[in-house]
Amino acid sequence: MLTQPGSNAPPKDMPGEPAVLALHEVTKTFPGVKALSEVSLSLYPGKVTALIGENGAGKSTVVKILTGIYQPNGGNILVDGKPTPFPVPQAAANNGVTAIHQETVLFDELSVAENIFLGHAPHNALGLIDLKTMTEKARALLESIGANIDPDHKLKDLGIANKHLVAIARALSIDARVVIMDEPTAALSHKEIEELYDLVESLKAQGKAILFISHKFDEIFRIADNYTVFRDGQLIGDGAIADVSEADLVKMMVGRDVSQIFPERTPNVGDAVLSVQGYAHPTEFDDISFTLRKGEILGFYGLVGAGRSEFMQSLFGITRPSAGAVEIDGTPVEIKSPADAVNNGIVYVPEDRGKQGAVLDLPIFQNITLPSLGRISNNGFLRLAEEFKLAREYAERLDLRAASLDTHVGNLSGGNQQKVVIAKWLATHPKVIILDEPTKGVDIGSKAAVHDFMAELAAQGLAIVMVSSEIPEVLGMSDRVIVMREGRIVAELADHELEPETLVRHAAGI
Amino acid sequence: MSTTERLIPDRLRSPMEQKLKSWETLLLLVAIAIFVANSFASPYFLNAWNLSDATFNFTEKAMIAFAMALLIISGEIDLSVASIIALASTAMGAAVQMGVGTPGLVLIGLGVGVLCGAFNGLLVTRMGLPSIVVTIGTMSLFRGISFIVLGDQAFRGYPASFSWFGQGYVWWVISFEFVLFAIIAVIYAVLLHKTNFGRAVYAIGNNATGAMFSGIRVNRVKFILFLLTGLMSGVAAVCLTARLGSTRPSIATGWELEVVTMVVLGGVSILGGSGTIIGVVIAAFVMGLVTFGLGLLNVPGIVMSIVIGALLIGVIALPRLWSMWRAD
Amino acid sequence: MLKRLITSREALLIGAIVLLLVLISTRFPGFVRPANLANVFNDTSPLILLAIGQMIVILTKCIDLSVAANLALTGMVVSMVNVAAPGLPMAVILAVAIGLGALLGMFNGILVWKLQIPPIVVTLGTMTIFRGTIFLLSDGKWVNSHEMSPAFKALPRTDFLSLPVLSWMAIIAVILFTIVMTRTTLGRAFYAAGGNPHAATYAGINVGKTQFWAFTISGALAGLTGYLWVSRFAVAYVDIAGGFELDVVAACVIGGVSIMGGIGTVAGALLGALFLGIIKNALPVVDISPFWQLAISGGAIIIAVALNAQANREKGRIILKRAEHAT
Repeated sequence: MLTQPGSNAPPKDMPGEPAVLALHEVTKTFPGVKALSEVSLSLYPGKVTALIGENGAGKSTVVKILTGIYQPNGGNILVDGKPTPFPVPQAAANNGVTAIHQETVLFDELSVAENIFLGHAPHNALGLIDLKTMTEKARALLESIGANIDPDHKLKDLGIANKHLVAIARALSIDARVVIMDEPTAALSHKEIEELYDLVESLKAQGKAILFISHKFDEIFRIADNYTVFRDGQLIGDGAIADVSEADLVKMMVGRDVSQIFPERTPNVGDAVLSVQGYAHPTEFDDISFTLRKGEILGFYGLVGAGRSEFMQSLFGITRPSAGAVEIDGTPVEIKSPADAVNNGIVYVPEDRGKQGAVLDLPIFQNITLPSLGRISNNGFLRLAEEFKLAREYAERLDLRAASLDTHVGNLSGGNQQKVVIAKWLATHPKVIILDEPTKGVDIGSKAAVHDFMAELAAQGLAIVMVSSEIPEVLGMSDRVIVMREGRIVAELADHELEPETLVRHAAGI
Repeated sequence: MSTTERLIPDRLRSPMEQKLKSWETLLLLVAIAIFVANSFASPYFLNAWNLSDATFNFTEKAMIAFAMALLIISGEIDLSVASIIALASTAMGAAVQMGVGTPGLVLIGLGVGVLCGAFNGLLVTRMGLPSIVVTIGTMSLFRGISFIVLGDQAFRGYPASFSWFGQGYVWWVISFEFVLFAIIAVIYAVLLHKTNFGRAVYAIGNNATGAMFSGIRVNRVKFILFLLTGLMSGVAAVCLTARLGSTRPSIATGWELEVVTMVVLGGVSILGGSGTIIGVVIAAFVMGLVTFGLGLLNVPGIVMSIVIGALLIGVIALPRLWSMWRAD
Repeated sequence: MLKRLITSREALLIGAIVLLLVLISTRFPGFVRPANLANVFNDTSPLILLAIGQMIVILTKCIDLSVAANLALTGMVVSMVNVAAPGLPMAVILAVAIGLGALLGMFNGILVWKLQIPPIVVTLGTMTIFRGTIFLLSDGKWVNSHEMSPAFKALPRTDFLSLPVLSWMAIIAVILFTIVMTRTTLGRAFYAAGGNPHAATYAGINVGKTQFWAFTISGALAGLTGYLWVSRFAVAYVDIAGGFELDVVAACVIGGVSIMGGIGTVAGALLGALFLGIIKNALPVVDISPFWQLAISGGAIIIAVALNAQANREKGRIILKRAEHAT
């Protein structure tokens, strides 16, 4: 049914046309890490190949090798079957390989046309960039993907969705035979995703080979023809998507059967801890009101960009609201900064762990004690023994896996980094903990641990707000769910009303 | 709580081992080598009074360098320090003309320093402006005010009791300035390495957003660091003015670069996040010894600056070249 | 389109300069006579040349504090070459100046590109090294007017279409680099490398190498200015143009170049330099002590950077429908 794990067989040609682009037994090592180990991958004209794997499986390394940013340590890139090195990004482009990257990687200060043609702009007889031709070509390209964007505008004047279209136009601006799409739907709305699917179909019809990287199974089954699964830098299996089930893919991805099981809980909801009235911001959210009780897990569901994180960060004192009131245990409090929030017992585990959650270049123990320095010091002077004691207490409570407490947080896995961030906040004895996408970028094994721990905290009487875009997580963990759309609360659903269809309907406004 | 007791060790390498392999140790070896080389190169080097004189080459700059080290570790920089000296010195000079006595002069010098630091700090933390540009601006502004006040004139006539701050000796060859330098070094070492405040400085320098999201009052810490840098510039202004006995608007020209060089040479990352006070202390001695040693050999000051410049680039470039060479 | 033009930084700066000229002319009408304005432009030309180079360096998220020292070193070398071989054609002198300046810039660039040493550290170091080298070369002596050949001294002052060659050099540099920055791949790469280094790598731009070229251009312009400077003032010594690097950075900041990289234009650098140049030339004629100049340029830097920051302030994400329509 599946090829053997770590198969060394050369990419076997599928019936029909031969692969336009393939990796043959490619290995890539970084100091101390083997990111890819003799992996093979084949892309065929007019076919969408889904590359599937958990975070850290080696997907982005593959993208960087195929676009000439990384050089493999072993193995070959095959273009039409011939070994072809891509020593610089330009070489990949010259061989017709183009990529739409995960983050929209473009240039705010340049015009739309320049963004599309940077590095391969048309030149005139004098060797100067031919602005007129470039603008015309850009206009035609944008029209061909149905984007109504003026190529003369500076990119910074565009919205997120339009920037994404520019990125796609850029990818198509070279005469591409292979288009790599790295989680292209991550930042898009429902409608925009549908438009992207249409675009993928039209690229297929033009005979282009597409590598589609995604972790959303619904979209993989909808648009992919073939699949390739990586785990821990190794090829686990590949074949036609018609031959596998979702369960098969999940099994290949994680190496065992995982039916996502959420902890059994008997909610023990107490008095109101947090009450928010009429929170508003000029551009991000409006009229947010709700009450949170002791021992409750309140889910916040919505599409990406619904304003959930923006509201949570405002509640945590990062941005100032234009209106609104907060009460903790019935007492009005004013939160002007994160320090105020922490002092009032509100803490926030952000989605962006590397930038906001942890200080990656500081050791674990210093991260854990950072908001609690007052408790481990004497008149402002640090007491190192106390510091290690506090750090160890919470590291063990969260079952942190690390070589030592002075290991830098940046050297830990995503799951363990998340544990450090949670430990940091628990050490402050909070009343309310806000978890923003708590299991994003966390491997499946650690996900269950995070969920178990959330349940345990709720059972101990902590009030939890969980922002999540994963429907199973929202359904499996929440006692109550608030749905946000375009910066406003559009629904509040009690436990017995929680159905996937209901959530999606409210979130998408259909 | 996990049932199996699975203790994570506090550390894998002992603090002593880490220290031995540090930048500071390497720098100390350089300092010793220069000391030995100097004592061979010139018979006048190993003389207590000569060595004591040599400390004046770096004590005033080092006082500023300690505060600057904290500021650079936090990810900011203050290029206006030498101009703060000029302005503080000018203010003291003007006060002398009005008959202010020594205690008043010291207060004015320190006060102007703090005010200038507050001005920089407000522009950076309140208005969110990049410190390198702000302080290039205030560098011109502060010294510019001195020029407006003094033109091509000078203030003189400082009282004799005032000159003790720059010329006085506490005991035998130990000058007041050297004692002050040592005390300030200890204060800053404790502040950076042993207090909550110092920990916040490191956290901010490594990841200011992450520190803010951890409840650290980032802007308040940065503002205090600008105040401290201004204050130390005021202290240096008192010492330098007392030592020279006069104020010209060109006083301490170019010191900002020497102070930054001292800090970077001391192992503080110009990108923020790491560095120690002991490193800066050793770097101060290295720069003082190089200047003094070359001076004894009658090498002109401008040539010494080549050595200092080469040292600045070399100490960063050589380890990188070495690791590149080993990687090949 | 028109609205964008009017609210652009360059337009604001032109407005400020016009206002400044109007104010000066109320006190001293002669200042705005074309002949005098041409003088002011000529006097500001070295600053314009250096500001263009600095602008390109700052675009790539770097800074070049060694420009004034580069200028002084190159100026000394070409003076000494002239003394040693007075018969050398001026084309050779110019080539030596530009070539040596570019080499010194490349030295900065290599350290930034290959060893990844922060630019501020590199150029702080090379600044003192360059100055010290002048002393070593000249033994601390001056190269005086009478030692320089007449042709050497005459070139920057030679009039061509009623403007001195010095002014023409600045004009040519402005035109040349406007074309380079807007119409060549390298020019756009400067913006990309500084605006979003990560994305630039994905677009096939070698960020380090782009920074290297920025330093090379800055160095070449500093070298050219070095010759123009010593020949115009007919003297070369260790300390010429001491501290001038700060005026150059100031001109860029006033001209709207963002120190964070990716934002700036040749026109901005030109206008920033002119703003400072006008103030410098106007102070004596409106009877303000020239000692005010330093404080005024400091104040101008602070005001300019504060205004730029206001304009570029990051707005929050626009999520609410009503906010979308309001903007």
